[in-house]
Amino acid sequence: MHELSIAMSVLDIAADEAERRNGANITAIHIKLGPLSGVIPQALVSAFDLARETTPQAGCILVIEEVPIIAYCEHCQASRSIESPQWLCCPECGAPTAKIEQGRELEVTALEIEA
Amino acid sequence: MSTRLVEVRTKILKHNDVVARELRQRFEEADVCVVSLVSSPGSGKTAFLESTLKMLRDQYRVAAVVGDLATDNDANRLARANVPIKQITTGTVCHLEAEMVRHSLEDWNINELDFLFIENVGNLVCPSAYDLGEQSRAVLFSVTEGEDKPLKYPTIFNTGDVAIITKMDLATAVDFDRDAARGNILAVRPGMRIIELSSKSGIGMEAWLEFLKAQRNATKQGILTSTTI
Repeated sequence: MHELSIAMSVLDIAADEAERRNGANITAIHIKLGPLSGVIPQALVSAFDLARETTPQAGCILVIEEVPIIAYCEHCQASRSIESPQWLCCPECGAPTAKIEQGRELEVTALEIEA
Repeated sequence: MSTRLVEVRTKILKHNDVVARELRQRFEEADVCVVSLVSSPGSGKTAFLESTLKMLRDQYRVAAVVGDLATDNDANRLARANVPIKQITTGTVCHLEAEMVRHSLEDWNINELDFLFIENVGNLVCPSAYDLGEQSRAVLFSVTEGEDKPLKYPTIFNTGDVAIITKMDLATAVDFDRDAARGNILAVRPGMRIIELSSKSGIGMEAWLEFLKAQRNATKQGILTSTTI
């Protein structure tokens, strides 16, 4: 259960940004999460609710964009969307796809700031 | 009041990534081969590390840092290998972070080492997100845990460079399906190197040693093979 420390890092990033913008009020934090990030979205939402309480971002919401795994298939020479991290194979030709192009994302992408 | 959307693009674990990158550079400059071990609790990680240290210590300068939530039992046990050991007690934190590794190495001269092992807290979930600056990450699971372990924890296997199947001396007793286990590892990490061994009987340890020597040569030649995030 490292989602709490992840949630606190998310809030730190927002707090830094708020400070940089002279105490702007941040109403939402948008993050991007990949299936190979090691973070479970539902667990992160619960942890975030808990972590935000004692911060200036107490009213801030978390918006999670879940992105699929995309791997490069050497056989087809094309990028393919992979359905499950339990089966990293090309959905078209079945070849194993070790080259992950997307799916490890764990990043803050945008903030909603009160104007 | 209206709101506006401001793009930021910041990695959530940026601080850890920065420290890990600094560590990796230090390890490279010191010519020390750094291998981390991750597994669930009870997979035989400490016994495996103890055997590894004993096998290497006559030929190489080796040391280890071991992470645990509480107690220094593992460090005490590893002290029997007569090599420098340091314990990182993480308290309530379920994984090691790069900052903890950096802190633990503060009073060690890593230039005097050939191999450094980092034993993570027994956990197959949380350590996957944290780069520790290691050159290679070994993911262990024992024959008693079931062949489907890689399917249950695909993320950690996907960050690993080598899969180690431990307690092979018990394989027959528990009807371990070797082909199924190998198939599952390769399903979550195509092309992953797999070593089957038993630190108790010694079977397979030679292959592990060969792997370590190849890693060490790669360190010396500056060829880094790590795919750890």
